Parts: sequence; structure tokens; C-alpha cells
Amino acid sequence: MLTMIARRMMLAIPSIVGVIVVTFLLTRVLPGDTAAYFAGPAASAQAVEEVRVKLGLDQSIPVQFASYVGDLLRGDLGASLTTGRPVVTELAARLPASTELTLAALLLSLVIAVPLGIIAAVRNDSWVDHFTRIFTTAGVSLPVFFTGLLFVYVFYFLLGWAPAPLGRLDVFYSSPPEWTGFFLIDSLVAREWETFRAALAQLALPTITLAVFSLAPIARITRASMLNVLASDFVRTARAAGLSGGTVVMRYAFRNALLPVITTLGMVFSFLLGANVLVEKVFAWPGVGSYAVEALLASDYAPVQGFVLVMAILYVLVNLAIDLLYGVVDPRMKVEG
Amino acid sequence: MDRRTFLKSSAAAVGGVAAPAVWSPSKAQSRQETLLIVSESGPNNLDIHGVGTNVPGYEVSWNCYDRLISHEMKTGPNGAPYYDRDKFKPELAEDMNVGDMSATFKLRKNAKFQDGSPVTARDVKWSLDRAVSVGGFPTFQMKAGSLEKPEQFVVVDDQTIRVDFIRKDKLTIPDLAVIVPCIVNSELVKKNANPKDPWGLEYTKLNTAGSGAYKVTRWTPGTEVVLERNEQWASGPMPKVRRIIWRMIPSAGNRRALLERGDADISYDQPNKDFAELKGNNKLRIISTPYSNGIQYIGMNVKIAPFDNVKVRQAVAYALPYQKIMDAVLFGLAEPMFGAKAGSPLEVKWPQPHQYNSDLAKARQLLAEAGYPNGFETTLSFDLGFAGINEPLCILVQESLALIGIKTTINKVPGANWRTELNKKTMPLFTNVFSGWLDYPEYFFFWCYDGQNSVFNTMSYQSKQIDGYIEAARVAAANNDTAAYDKSVKDFVGLAFTDIPRIPMFQPYVNVAMQKNVDGYQYWFHRRLDYRALTKS
Amino acid sequence: MTSIAEIPPVVQSARAHGLKAVFQHARYVMRENPVTGFAFLMFLFFVLCATIGPWLVPHDPLASNTAQALKPPSALNWFGTDQLGRDIFSRVVVAARLDLAIAISSVLLVFAFGGLSGVAAGYFGGWTDRIVGRICDTIMAFPLFVLAMGIVAALGNTVTNIVIATAIINYPLYARLARSEANVRRDAGFVHAARLSGNSEGRILLMHILPNILPIMMVQVSLTMGYAILNAAGLSFIGLGVRPPTPEWGIMVAEGASFIVSGEWWIAFFPGLTLMLAVFCFNLLGDGLRDIVDPQRRT
Repeated sequence: MLTMIARRMMLAIPSIVGVIVVTFLLTRVLPGDTAAYFAGPAASAQAVEEVRVKLGLDQSIPVQFASYVGDLLRGDLGASLTTGRPVVTELAARLPASTELTLAALLLSLVIAVPLGIIAAVRNDSWVDHFTRIFTTAGVSLPVFFTGLLFVYVFYFLLGWAPAPLGRLDVFYSSPPEWTGFFLIDSLVAREWETFRAALAQLALPTITLAVFSLAPIARITRASMLNVLASDFVRTARAAGLSGGTVVMRYAFRNALLPVITTLGMVFSFLLGANVLVEKVFAWPGVGSYAVEALLASDYAPVQGFVLVMAILYVLVNLAIDLLYGVVDPRMKVEG
Repeated sequence: MDRRTFLKSSAAAVGGVAAPAVWSPSKAQSRQETLLIVSESGPNNLDIHGVGTNVPGYEVSWNCYDRLISHEMKTGPNGAPYYDRDKFKPELAEDMNVGDMSATFKLRKNAKFQDGSPVTARDVKWSLDRAVSVGGFPTFQMKAGSLEKPEQFVVVDDQTIRVDFIRKDKLTIPDLAVIVPCIVNSELVKKNANPKDPWGLEYTKLNTAGSGAYKVTRWTPGTEVVLERNEQWASGPMPKVRRIIWRMIPSAGNRRALLERGDADISYDQPNKDFAELKGNNKLRIISTPYSNGIQYIGMNVKIAPFDNVKVRQAVAYALPYQKIMDAVLFGLAEPMFGAKAGSPLEVKWPQPHQYNSDLAKARQLLAEAGYPNGFETTLSFDLGFAGINEPLCILVQESLALIGIKTTINKVPGANWRTELNKKTMPLFTNVFSGWLDYPEYFFFWCYDGQNSVFNTMSYQSKQIDGYIEAARVAAANNDTAAYDKSVKDFVGLAFTDIPRIPMFQPYVNVAMQKNVDGYQYWFHRRLDYRALTKS
Repeated sequence: MTSIAEIPPVVQSARAHGLKAVFQHARYVMRENPVTGFAFLMFLFFVLCATIGPWLVPHDPLASNTAQALKPPSALNWFGTDQLGRDIFSRVVVAARLDLAIAISSVLLVFAFGGLSGVAAGYFGGWTDRIVGRICDTIMAFPLFVLAMGIVAALGNTVTNIVIATAIINYPLYARLARSEANVRRDAGFVHAARLSGNSEGRILLMHILPNILPIMMVQVSLTMGYAILNAAGLSFIGLGVRPPTPEWGIMVAEGASFIVSGEWWIAFFPGLTLMLAVFCFNLLGDGLRDIVDPQRRT
């Protein structure tokens, strides 16, 4: 098992190196002159040059890259110029917000899309099937930022059901003692029920926005995979043996149909992390996505590089976790490197 | 974990999240003493002396540090409190004595930094030395008031500091009341400085080390700043609000929703349209004040043909859709800077309206006289950071210029690159805003029109004649020669209008929206909030 | 005994039969699946808007009319007017051309590059396969939207660059699909036959394998076209969209979004609805195409 994990990690190294190189080059091509930006509105040409030297931007690209890689090996991702803090600290502080949101959306999406997919498969070509298809496809057809703003307008501004879109917690709550960085879990651990409720309320709208966006792939794959399994011999045998329809579907068919769904989850997760960038901006969510967008628009290299690197590592880890999950769901599957 | 329990536990987790999540909790007592401010962006540095501190960072500095002196308040054009350019009041200094070539300040005896140590003249000298030495914006701003060398700041005794003038300059004393010459706790910062960072900028970037009325107790960049009142503040009456929570909400629509639903106490940088509409409904208090010494203009690079031809520039000035911009882009929330009555005399003030107006026939005629009867093609650039105003404005300008044959392509420049682009001075046609902290016409013209060609002279305009007028005004001001001063101001304003390298369009408003129970807003030259005067009932 | 002269009609009829079969199958799918039929009609409608829309619209999509700014839908302006008084209906119709152009050209681009390199990787294996695989892995490891943002921010926000960025982030999808399909076919009978009759490897790849996997790739085309439009809209939201005053659905939604709270819902609503319908139609069409191309894999 451990060797397997180690081998998988080794295999991921080339693509992570690729990500580092591409990001580095991309950020250097960004049109803004960082030095001019940070030298302030009234800087003379000489002052801009001083800032350039101070930021190390007067060096040649290969030299800059070498020093960047050197810092990276020491675990130093540099400091953000816009927020003035080390990128590592900022990413560490913001990553839980993004992952909590993404995971919550993924869970919500599973809860809705998997049953829909099952029903659509069982009642193949019925109105439920068509409805599922139209409903989930409609969800993936709207720009997420638009859905988000619309939800805020309807559920906060008009109806007042949702709390103010002020980020992870209402202003007058303090965050629970940090343990996992996930407010929902931390507040439960600390038995702060009020905080838990407040955090859940803040999480609701962004979660729904993201979940709507990810229903389609999950429902689609569940349906396809269920259709395959329902047509297989063992299901026919089980039915012939007189087992009730519900038992057959839930106990035999669904469990076997689960594998492709889990494979898709990895893809959906990274897809959601991308969509996150826009949702975070709409809901003032203090996650890594909004951080990276701001940095990119300010030609602030370090956070962009750090963000992309962290996302790439996360992507590798998630895929690894999914392979491991495979083994849990289906013991016959032997996980290979 | 075996697969059965795994499936069960994940199902349980799913159930927990899917429960309906609609509660609206409120904690009434802490709301009363806390002010919730929302804005688009927040500070990137808590110290204005830092490298590249942004404008929200200035607000933190203003409220967390004291200066030697500050301005008195007067009633502004809209009836709200407005800083008095000409009247100073003591802040950390309890007494100011201005001589011919120096000024002496006596410090308050009871003034303490937030860590409890007393404020001494050595701290003041160290802070002013720091401002003129760190380079970048703070040093530049100090220079604007002829404050250039550490030798100018002399410690007389523990409570007394003298500022020597290197030349007579009317702007020296006003420049001591801007945000930059703030007084820093030198002992504390020196403890956290190192040979690579002798002024301790790394420390003050993240910590406030002043004697001001507020201190930053929590700061999550891009998300939130929390400030608490300094209970030992001695430089003025104790502020009413105990705690300020300042949250960054990127979406303007959401900020408006927060205001209208009463969740946020104050919001500025809303789109003009929001302010225009919120003024109409009586739930909120809206205060609009024109920018002091600031205009939005269309600039033309006079080094690039055909804008080197004055007739082309005048044609453009006659072709701009001024009133349409006032109505559709600004929703009336700005002072028009166009359409002064023909033949009306110039005033001794800046900004003031010019006599151009939308007159396409005249524009066509001027363009033909200049040798471009069929117009020409060019690029119109704007700063995407202010897209809310700039984009519709440029679309209207583009449309209007097309009517006299000038075809333009609109170029959106991301906020981070705008300054770089301005610095290159290669954009032929663009819109931009300039405003000066020090509200004196010659100050504006020195930066925007003078032949030294500073970054703010975005038109690359060079004219010996205007240089002479500007210099004459500066000398006259230093010598209190009112007649000569008035003449020089009229001279350079007049020349700027006939040569018209930049076409002033309007004087923007600073708009602040607050709940009815929030009061005490004051307009300052820096246009940011002064928390010390705010109240909440 | 058959004479040579008899052969062509047989082949012809087989071909005709094949085409007819596909057509019949398509009709069957449409009838069985009204949703696909509906999507197909919508697609035709959008194509119509893109081709002749600019001549049909009631107003000039670029002309401002500040006296008529922010007017709700009416008989004069069916979708209302925006901040500058421009007619939203006309803008929405005219924008179809640009949006379809962005979607189609980005898909063509990735189809060409991704498809070719994927087929080569699957057919030749070895180094080609490894290089293409690495490129795919690297792109996949990026948060895709941020990669698109980075590319557009670095190269400048022009339509061309939006197209290029969209094509790049879709590359792995095409390359991987083409690779696996080509891989399956490299030892198929028809490939052996082609090789035995003296075709070069390159010719086999282009003339035999590529046409064979085209139908499956077409399904992907339809799905990614929708994604391309969404991607352009996302870029508009963060200020990296097309140049004003060009009408484009995404940028209209993004600009209109800030007017929702103040009650001018129509500015974002109609472009949003159109955008959604277009993406929706591409997605449904992709599903339907999959049914036609590959009845076994119906999902």
C-alpha cells in the first residue's frame, strides 16, 4: 500500500514540474510592470528601478527561476505583494475555506444527483428520465457567477432567508477554535452550536450554487452505469430468484454501479475547484480562488504560482484518494501504481 | 474502516449538510458599539511608509497614527463637515509656532503610544526622517512640501521639535498635515528592525505602532480588518465607536443589498447609479462631496500625431458628449467642468469649467482646418480598475467621435498595468482621473502640465510659457503676493484651456452611504473615512 | 461470375443504404427522444440568428440613446434597454455570431490539435504517446479556469486569445479520447488491410483511423462548445472579456449582474437566458449525438 502511494507520487512529479515551469513563464509574460505598480503613483523612473531591484525583478528570467525553485525546495513560496504576507501562510489560512465549500457542494450534489441518476436508469425513457436530463443540463448551462448573484438577490435581498453574503461567518461571530479549519467540524468539536448554525447558514448559498453546476456529470454517469448493471446477468438472476425490485436495485445493482461514479468524482472535484474561483468572488468567500484571481489581475506572481502549485498537488492527492476509495468500495480491485 | 461503515458514515455526513440552513441570528448588544463598513478592496499594508501601500492602507494609517497637526472642520458645499484647507489644529503637538524659516512644535505631555510608552521629540524626528528617507511615495509626498532632508528635523528637547525650511514654500505646513508625516513609535519599531530593513517596514506592514485613536487587532488581507478604540488616546476627544469591522465585499450589487437590508453600516465606492437611487429612498443617509482638486479628463498625447495639432485637440473638445456622460454614466453625481458661458472671465480656482461644449459642426470645421476632413483612426484607453465609470464613458466618447470621422478602438487596460501604460506615455487618447491632496491650483498644474514631464503629465505636454506661469504662482504664493498669484493662476488655466492637451469633463463626487443612525461623516482631502468622528445611535 | 462493371452499383447502394441507415437511426432517435429533436431545432435557430440576425434586428446594436436608458421591456424594445439606452434584443441577436464563432473556432482548433496528436499517440505509442500524455497530465493538473485566465491575462484580452485559451484547457479531453480510440483500432482488421495494400503509416493514420473515430469525437465537440461559451462568460465577469462595445452574451450578463439588486433585471436576464439556452442546446445535442453515433453507449 505505502509503496503504491510512493510510486504514484513519483509518477506525478513530472506533471507538477510541468505546472511549475508553465506557471512561472506565464506569470512573467503578464503585461503589468510589478515594479511600477508597487513603486506608487508618483514614482520616478529611478524609484521604479529601485523597487525592481528590491523585488529581484532586475535579474534575468533563468536566474529568477533558479532562485524561485531554490526557495520552493525550502518550502518558501515567496510573499504576496498585494497583501504583504507569505504565500504559504495565506494559502494555509484560506485553503480550508475553499475545500470546505467544494466538499460541501460535492456532497450536496451527490445526494441529489445519485438518486436522480438511479431513478432515471430504473425508469429509463420515462418523464423522470427526461426531467433529470433537462434539469441537470440546465444547471450546468448557466455561468456560476450569474446563478450566485441571482441566489443572493432572491434568497437574501428579496426573501431574507439566507444570511448576508459576508463570507464564512456573520461579523458578530468569532471563528471556532481551529482544529481542521473546517468551520462546520471545528464548531461541532468545540460544541459551539450557535457558531455551527451560523457557519452552515453562510455556507448554504455558495454550496447550492456550486452543487447546481456539478449535478449533470454525476447524474449522467450514475444513470449510465446503473443501466449497464441493470442489464447484466447477475441482476437478471436476482430478479429471477424473486427478490423485490427495491432490494435488487439498492443492494445489488447500485453497489456495483458505484465504481464509475467514484471515478467521475475526481474529475468533478477539480472542475468544482475551478468554478470556485468565481463563486468565491460573488460570496466574498475568503478562499484560495478569490486570492489567486486578485493576484493574477495585479500581476502579483508569487500567490498565483503558489495557488497553482497547491491546486496541482491537491489534484494528484484527490486522484490518489479516489483510487484508494476504489479499493474500499470494491475489494476485488487491486490498486496499482 | 471497512466498506460498509464507510458508506454509512458518508451517508450520515451527507444528511447533516443537506438540512435546510436558514437562520438569522443577531447579537444586538455588540452591534451597538460596532460599525460594519463594507468596501470593494482592503489595505495591503498597514503603514503608509511601506512599499506600494494602496489607498485603503492610507485609511488605516490615518486612523491609527497621529500627526503633529491636522485641519479644522468647516461646513462643506453640501452642508456636511469639510476639512478647512487654511486652518490647522494641534494633534500630537499642543502648540505650533511658525517662523520665517522654521516651525517649532511642542508635544502634548500626556501623549502615549499604544504600548504605553510616551511620545517624545525623538520619535517625531525618527518618523519624519523615515518619511523623507524610505523612498517611493512617502518621500515624494514630503518633497511636495519642500521636506527633503533629515537635517531639517531638529530635536530641541524631549517635548519640542523644530522643522527647518530649505526654501520658502507655502505647502510646507499643509504637507505636515497629510497622512504621510505620521508619528511612529520609534523604540518599538527599532526593536523589530534589522540591518536589511533599518526602518522596520516589515514590522509596521503587519502591526500598527502609533499613538492614534484606533489600533488594528485583526487583519486578514482581502477579507477583513478589525480595529479597536485606543482607550488612552490623548490627541482629541474620545471617539464614540468602540470597534470598526471593515469587510471586503467584491460585488457592488451585494454591497448595495447589505446596505439596503441594514446589515452594513457604511459603504463607499458604490456605483453612482446606486447613490443616485438610494438618495431617493429615505432609508439611508447619502453624502456626496466633489473631489477636492480633482477632475476626470480625456487626455491626448501631444507628441503623437494628429494630437500634436492644437486644432485637432480643440475639435475633440467640441466633440465630447459631455451632457450624455453626466446623465447616463454619472447619474448627475458630478460637477460639470464644461460649458462655461462664452466670454466669462476665468476664476482664481481649480478646478473650474472650460468653455467647450458639444458642438459637432464646430468640431468638424476645426478638424477640416487641421487637415483631417475625413477624420483618422486611433485607440482610446481606459483603466479597467474603474470600469464602472470608464467603460460606458468611453463607449459614448467613441460613438460621438465617430460622428466627426474619428474612429477609435477601445483598449481596456487592467488596473495593475494602468500606471505602467501611463508611464510609457505612448497611449494617444485616454481617460483618467487626477486629484491632489494639497488643494492648490499651482500644485495640480505643477504635476499635470509642467515641462518636467512627471508621470501625471500624461499628455507629455511641454510649454515654456506654462512652466513660467506655474513658477510665478509658486513664488507669489511663498511671498504672499496675492495680485501676482491671481494673475499667474489665471494665466496657466487660460493657456491650459486654449491649448487643451487634456479636456476636463467633470469633477467626480466622493459618495458615502450610511444607515440613518450613523452620523459624523467628515470629508477629508484623502477622501477616506475618519473613524474618530463617527457615531452610531 | 461477376463482371467488373457490376461492382459500382453494389457499392453505391451499400453506401446509400449506410447513409439511409444513419438517417433512419437519427430519425428514430429524434422520435424516441424529443429532447434531442428540440435541441436540434434550437441549434438551427441559433445558427440562423448568427447568419442573418444582423439584418433582422430592429435597432442598431451599438447605437446609444441616453434618453431611453434603463427602460424595461416594451413593444419598442422587446428586451428593454441597457445603461446607455442600447436595445438589448438587438444586442442579444447580434451577439450570437460572435459567441458561436468563439465556440466553433475554439473547438475546431482543439479538435485539430488534440485529435491529431491524440490519434498519433494512440497509434504510434512509445515516445509520442508519452509526450502527449505528459502534456495532458500537466494541463489537467492546473485549475482549468485559472489557466484560461492566466493565458488571456498574459497574451491580452482579444477574441483570438480567448479562443486559444479555451482550446488549450480542452486539449486533454480531445487528446485522451482520440488516443484511446486510436489505440483500440491500431490492430483492427481494416488497418492491417490498409497496411498490406501498401499505405504509409501517416496515410493510414489520416485516411483510415482518423475518419473512423470522427463520429465519437463529434460528440465531444458539441459538449465543449457549450463550455467554451461559459468560459468566455466567466472571463468577462473578471474583466477579461471582449472589447467594448462589441455585444457578447457573457459580457452582457456580467455587466447586467450589477443591476439586478437595483431592479433592472432585464439587462442580465435576457442575455443570461439566451446564453443558457445556447449552452443547454449544445449539451443536449451532444447527448443526442452520442445516442446516434454509439447506440450501445447510450447514457
